[in-house]
Amino acid sequence: MAIAHVSPGTSTHVNPERSGRRIPYLLMLPGLLWLFIFFIYPLINLAETSTKTRAASQETGAFVQTYRFANYLDAFIEYQDQFLRSFSYALMATLLALAISYPLAYAIAFKSGRYKNILLILVIAPFFTSFLLRTIAWKQILGAEGPVVSVLRALHLIGPDTTITASSFAVVMGLTYNFLPFMTLPIYASLDRIDPRLMEASGDLYANGLTTFRKVTVPLSMPGVVAGTLLTFIPAAGDYINAAILGNPTTKMIGNVIDSRFFRIVDYPTAAALSFTLMAAILLLVIIYIRRSGTDELV
Amino acid sequence: MVDVTSSAVGDLQLRNLTKTFADFVAVDDLTLTIPKGSFFALLGPSGCGKTTTLRMIAGLEEPTSGSIHIGATDITYTKPYQRPVNTVFQNYALFPHLTIFENVAFGLRRRGIKDVEGAVTKTLALVELGHLKDRKPGQLSGGQQQRIAVARAIVNRPALLFLDEPLGALDLKLRRQMQIELKWIQTEVGITFVHVTHDQEEAMTMADTIAVMNKGRIEQMGSPVELYENPKTVFVANFLGQSNLIEAAVQTNSGAETSVDIHGSRIILPSSRNKSSKSKVLVGIRPEKINIQTAGSSVGKNSLSGGVVTDISFVGVSTQYQVEMPWKQEIMVFEQNDGGAPNIRKGDQVTLSWEPHFTFALDSEN
Amino acid sequence: MSRWFSRNLIRIYASLALIYLFIPVGYTMAFSFNDAGKRNINWQGFTLDNWKNPCGAPDICVALGNSLKIGFLSTLVATILGTMIAFALGRYKFRGRSSTNLLIFLPMATPEIVMGASLLAMFVNLNVNTGFWTTVIAHIMFCISFVVVTVKARVASLDPKLEEAARDLYANEYQTFRRVTFPLVLPGIAAAALLAFSLSFDDFIITNFNSGTITTFPKFVWISSIRGVPAQANVIGTAMFLIALFIVIAGQFIGSAKAKRKS
Repeated sequence: MAIAHVSPGTSTHVNPERSGRRIPYLLMLPGLLWLFIFFIYPLINLAETSTKTRAASQETGAFVQTYRFANYLDAFIEYQDQFLRSFSYALMATLLALAISYPLAYAIAFKSGRYKNILLILVIAPFFTSFLLRTIAWKQILGAEGPVVSVLRALHLIGPDTTITASSFAVVMGLTYNFLPFMTLPIYASLDRIDPRLMEASGDLYANGLTTFRKVTVPLSMPGVVAGTLLTFIPAAGDYINAAILGNPTTKMIGNVIDSRFFRIVDYPTAAALSFTLMAAILLLVIIYIRRSGTDELV
Repeated sequence: MVDVTSSAVGDLQLRNLTKTFADFVAVDDLTLTIPKGSFFALLGPSGCGKTTTLRMIAGLEEPTSGSIHIGATDITYTKPYQRPVNTVFQNYALFPHLTIFENVAFGLRRRGIKDVEGAVTKTLALVELGHLKDRKPGQLSGGQQQRIAVARAIVNRPALLFLDEPLGALDLKLRRQMQIELKWIQTEVGITFVHVTHDQEEAMTMADTIAVMNKGRIEQMGSPVELYENPKTVFVANFLGQSNLIEAAVQTNSGAETSVDIHGSRIILPSSRNKSSKSKVLVGIRPEKINIQTAGSSVGKNSLSGGVVTDISFVGVSTQYQVEMPWKQEIMVFEQNDGGAPNIRKGDQVTLSWEPHFTFALDSEN
Repeated sequence: MSRWFSRNLIRIYASLALIYLFIPVGYTMAFSFNDAGKRNINWQGFTLDNWKNPCGAPDICVALGNSLKIGFLSTLVATILGTMIAFALGRYKFRGRSSTNLLIFLPMATPEIVMGASLLAMFVNLNVNTGFWTTVIAHIMFCISFVVVTVKARVASLDPKLEEAARDLYANEYQTFRRVTFPLVLPGIAAAALLAFSLSFDDFIITNFNSGTITTFPKFVWISSIRGVPAQANVIGTAMFLIALFIVIAGQFIGSAKAKRKS
């Protein structure tokens, strides 16, 4: 995600072949064409769909363009709870993932010695199992018939009718779990890049362990933290699988609404307006966040 | 199968070579001939244009104007792989995914040479690393990598071999050893070596001829001794070794001797060593040429009195004195530690003297 | 004891985090041996039947086959297209470089549901029937960016001196690419292909929008989850896990063997 900059020092000598004008464009043409046709154009198309209204014939799936921008307002007002829920769940999941990932990444980068590679594989490995299977596994582990609830009930820590699943807790936990490596790996990458001598230098300059961590390690790992939080927050805000599997009707996120507007109600304009509002909101938050965190290493 | 290396032989000639990057002139109208079989050094600080010059000769950069010839063959616009020129890169650029043998064989294979095995084995023997042929570059020490980089280039028997800061990555002791070894290899294979470096000592140790470059131009060219003893510009005087440069006014400028005035003292130098035609000059004298004596006595013909020793450092073979003159300029003096050194301490009043033929005079830079 | 604890606090914390990561994997593995029939929710006893007959559940292997086919096709195309872009971005300076970077970043910053929905809306508007090929198209689209980012990192870290050395040693442009550039970038391309395949194989949201009546493995799991996922799905999930783990460990082993010879 972090896209490295070409340092100006090394690129002063541009070779004749390399400055060949057309080659880079030819190389990029097929891939960028693909992205334009199947990513950018659909987004434009979606924008167009979002202002349509149901055709007079009332036939399912038939819409006419009326440039009804009020669709956005209607959709937002109707589903503001789901919007708010999506962003607050995503935020909670991101913070939890950060709290779990930072120490984990730190331990792998600095405390793992020769087991570093093995630990890195262990972080990625769970994600070789289908994420739907893992989410369903959580549902069953935490479910009414699952081991956790049974134990808690036997210990009388929860009442006989209390459940863990079908709750916002379970949804946030599921979101946290599912995007954990997206948080851990970028943080690990930027921690691993830190020259250990910088920490020694900090120690040499009278900083204790905690001060070194706060003043040297954390600032230098910020690019990883920024990348990690974005990579967690963005998919979490748009997710609906965790809410569908681990939640209940009162934990519906905006993704669930878009999904049902598309497939069950066949209300394309509302789904499109919701999609756009979601994307715009995420992009806005991302831009503010990148500006505030002062890192330009993304994009 | 065209053997590119045999098609062009003779001296390397650069004619009015110029290279500009946007508004920056890296190499400025450079004209230079490097005789076949010589060990030539391009010496200068970083950014002086020496690497750009080398890259243009190697074909990795296209000149803005001017031409490059080897003998009668114009190679200005030929592709790098069509030039009889090979480079020992800074940090070596050995291919990490190939064995040592395949690294050395790389150029031969590209040219379709038949006896790869024999040529590689012979060249690896020359650099005494035949036993490492199946290793990968990452498994070799810096000195070994350096020698493989040389072997990879000379196995092609190019007309020209470039050494781009070849010893920069080695420690001092290894560097000395490699300097001698490179010089030996050069005499052994008889290829023209062009050595690009910012290290004046390295250039002086190895090269027959040094061209000192500054700001895209050649300041002075000559043998190491000539450049050191007879610098023509302030830049050369300061870049090769250390020089004391003192402002002076020319008094008489006729015949074999020129006399100048330095703050009231009369200093004589051979007129042939006065490179300036102006009335205000910079008089130069190398620190090791100066005798230091307690005030009053003097040994050489030229002398400056009234100096006070402000610092003394002992560096083994010599002792270095820093002397502050009455006009507040610091002058460096090196005395051999051969038992004849005077007993001088910090704060002592001293007189500095030297023989006139060690003196030179230059145009002041501005 | 307390000193040991405080010194190893971070290691203990990291171990707990790893255990958290593996709980559902362990559960999925264990329940692949459950003698549960169709409703694989409660432990009914150990059996190897599911492993002996992974296609036992109706349609599961059709779904798996579709996923593998879609995965291979989209990995192949996305890797080629993405690698070409990565070379252009990592190697050349040209006008529009930063807007291209932005275009590559955008799909990664767009929620899957938006991409899936917009692509479906386009297919609907154009009267294209969704199915196998629309799924492949969608997968290629979202894999390209990940390939570009992965390969570009490798291209950017490549020392340009190595290519200059090759050209200096009589290799023309094609030979330089074939003998030096490509072998050195290959590990990055392999990593990108692996990533693309796992993204494609595991994708549900975009697939669900654009696959029409075609079933993929994640879609199969999703549909069957309403009534209970058959244990065969756990078998396939576990097998994929083990295969991927094997590939990664083998890659690491080759890498570290190389590194060991270096030292």
